[in-house]
Amino acid sequence: MTAPKLLSRLRYQVAIFLAVIGPGFITANVDNDSGGILTYSQAGAKYGYLPLWTLIPITLLLIVTQEMCSRMGAVTGKGLSDLIREEFGLRVTFIVMTLLVMVNVTNVMAEFSGVAISLELFHVSRYISVPLAAAAVWFLIVKGNYKSVEKIFLFGCAIYVTYIISGFLVKPDWKEAAIHSVQPKLMLDRDYIYMLIGLLGTTIAPWMQFYLQSAVVEKGITAKEYVASRLEVVVGCIATDVVAFFIIVACAGAIYSVRPRDIQTAADAALALKPFGNYAYLLFTAGLLNASVFSASVLPLSTAYSVCEGLGFEAGISRPLREAPVFYLLYTLLIVVGAGVVLIPGFNLVQMTLLSQVLNGVLLPIVLIFMVLLINRRDLMGEWVNPQWFNLVTWASVAVIIGVTLALVGITIRGT
Amino acid sequence: MADTLLFFTELMGMPVLDLKGRRIGRVKDAALVPLEHPSRIDRYLVGGGTAWFVVRHDQVQSISLDRGIDLSDELLTPYHDDEYMLRVGRDLLDQQIIDINGRKVVRVNDLTMEIHRQDGRDVVLVLEVDIGIRSIFRRLLQGALPTRWIRRLQESIPPNSIHWDLCNVVEPDPHRRLRLNISYQRLENLHPADLADIVEDLGPAQREAIFETIDSEVAAEALSEVDPKMQAAILEALEPEKAADIVEEMSPDEAADALSELEHETSQEILDEMASEPKTEVRELLEFEDDTAGGMMNTEFVALHENATALDALSALKGNEDLLENLNTLFLVDPEERLTAAVPLARLFVAPANARLKELASELLIKVPVDEHQDRITELFDKYNLMTLPVVDEDGRLAGIVTADDIISVLRTK
Repeated sequence: MTAPKLLSRLRYQVAIFLAVIGPGFITANVDNDSGGILTYSQAGAKYGYLPLWTLIPITLLLIVTQEMCSRMGAVTGKGLSDLIREEFGLRVTFIVMTLLVMVNVTNVMAEFSGVAISLELFHVSRYISVPLAAAAVWFLIVKGNYKSVEKIFLFGCAIYVTYIISGFLVKPDWKEAAIHSVQPKLMLDRDYIYMLIGLLGTTIAPWMQFYLQSAVVEKGITAKEYVASRLEVVVGCIATDVVAFFIIVACAGAIYSVRPRDIQTAADAALALKPFGNYAYLLFTAGLLNASVFSASVLPLSTAYSVCEGLGFEAGISRPLREAPVFYLLYTLLIVVGAGVVLIPGFNLVQMTLLSQVLNGVLLPIVLIFMVLLINRRDLMGEWVNPQWFNLVTWASVAVIIGVTLALVGITIRGT
Repeated sequence: MADTLLFFTELMGMPVLDLKGRRIGRVKDAALVPLEHPSRIDRYLVGGGTAWFVVRHDQVQSISLDRGIDLSDELLTPYHDDEYMLRVGRDLLDQQIIDINGRKVVRVNDLTMEIHRQDGRDVVLVLEVDIGIRSIFRRLLQGALPTRWIRRLQESIPPNSIHWDLCNVVEPDPHRRLRLNISYQRLENLHPADLADIVEDLGPAQREAIFETIDSEVAAEALSEVDPKMQAAILEALEPEKAADIVEEMSPDEAADALSELEHETSQEILDEMASEPKTEVRELLEFEDDTAGGMMNTEFVALHENATALDALSALKGNEDLLENLNTLFLVDPEERLTAAVPLARLFVAPANARLKELASELLIKVPVDEHQDRITELFDKYNLMTLPVVDEDGRLAGIVTADDIISVLRTK
């Protein structure tokens, strides 16, 4: 190949990579939502650097599941709920969608309470912050179009860098952190095992699979660009767990090194960073706010989209209200309920979060099994079906995720 | 609800009774044979024991909601091959079809059918495809509640259906398309922008099937309206020959835009298949960067000699009738083809036949070189309220024009 030809090929490849950026990054980053940040903070606060080793297997599991969705989206040009509907029928789809809405509405509540908590650290009453955030999120989608919304979401991903900076500001013990990142540490301690299950369990949520696949389709990524898209998914997953790493490290350095303890909210973690300078504290809090608002924008959108896709209603932010009434109704309801509940005085959010975890545990196995069944269908995937060896990896990963999720459900039910 | 109506969900699972009234199985699916009749349920697939049997429509005596299907003939054939069958449960239910009248893609929830008495036996005809909440409700409850209750309960939900004649089934496999008598001809009558919206909602295989079969001219118009990334995907998937046919029908600037999204080798393959005249034009346009005047412009303009009269202009227009729809400016060039003036078309109407075009020209001639950046061009359109902007090459020769719709596209994709 001649030099100019090579250059033109390279330029084409780079252009393709830039063209597919978005879905993978966004999905993986929303995973670090307020609930995720709390789990990572708790792990770091109580066990210091010990839990860091879990991040590598978590990243791998995340990549395996996300890769399947982006592949299915690129090859079939259809969303996951579309495919479930076409291959498994209306009744199954309806059950899956009902569960999805129930899980996600509790998730949205958790995100808005994340908004409330983080802004209360800045002395803003939740009665101001939550309605404002809800209105902003609503307008963003209703008035925006896919491209501008995606740009804003990608900007949201960039803000996660605050965690990396605050991780550095705490001046943790890097040597310890490095050792424990690669050295698995198992203890037969009940709380420690619970913590590990919690870390794994928060990583993969049902909505992610639906969102990622729809986003890949909406972006018009084709089977041909799929190689670039897969790279994007992998990089996105790694970036997400790099952020998780720094959250754990920050809490290990700030809380565990001083006095290991249980923390109740992500705000506790932020406050504990205060002695290490105002910046560390501010950045951690800003990160939490960003994560909450970001996830509160993506979740209702993704839910409304999947439901409408599966049940055959018009969907999509590029359509006007008149053409997609069910879509906008569902979207608005999710935000209003999610934000409204946080404002009810004395509402027990912890209970809701636990409920959400249980529902999640019921739904996730179903979704993952459907995914593996679908991706093995040659009539859908053609040459892109799972190779045999990868099927082993997939089933093994799915089995691990289901096992952990069910364990988390068990713990949750026993704990309440 | 009238008892002559039957929903497909109700037909599913209906008992099938032999001449003595013994149940021999239940309905597992039903099929149309479009080559024989466009809407009649031609075959009932009946599952009894481990095997499936085929009941032809002329073996059915009567069908009723309460009793099931009574046969008039018991010689049933085992079910094996379904080449000519459009199976409702498998091929239609839960799948996407095109609503020609509503100009959109919809998902089939159920079918409304009619039981029709003909020559002493019951024949079932498909009337409508059901979409919307009522049919979802019906399907979710079917089997859980008695059928009559469901019928009564659903009354309160407004129906949402599409007439069967106005539905277009999408089938990517060309052989099956032939056997099932599916054609996309009716899509050719849609507005290209509507057709573009429809194909954007379909999966890649269905999309390509449509572009493969419809008339190249319609395909070209629709393709121009499709999102550029999808344009590239569609062209890539088509045979280079068919792709070339479509690209030839596009205006040169749009063709160049579409091809520039493709990988170099693919766009060369398509260019090789094109007729020589459009090919050279597209090739030239492909040389320019997307976001410059050269990349934005098209070559569909009318240029006249600078000493031409209004009468000359009129005869020139008569020779370029295909351009008339979007034409609003004429250009004057000197003997070296250098651009000298622009004449707003409307001024011709009030000018005497022997008026010199030069005297009708705009006072200010605004033009840009081929490498001018699109942001600057947008600015010019805004500042001078332009409809058309001439683009000149390094020697000052008229190379093409940028029109307001190009600017709108640029602004929309920002």
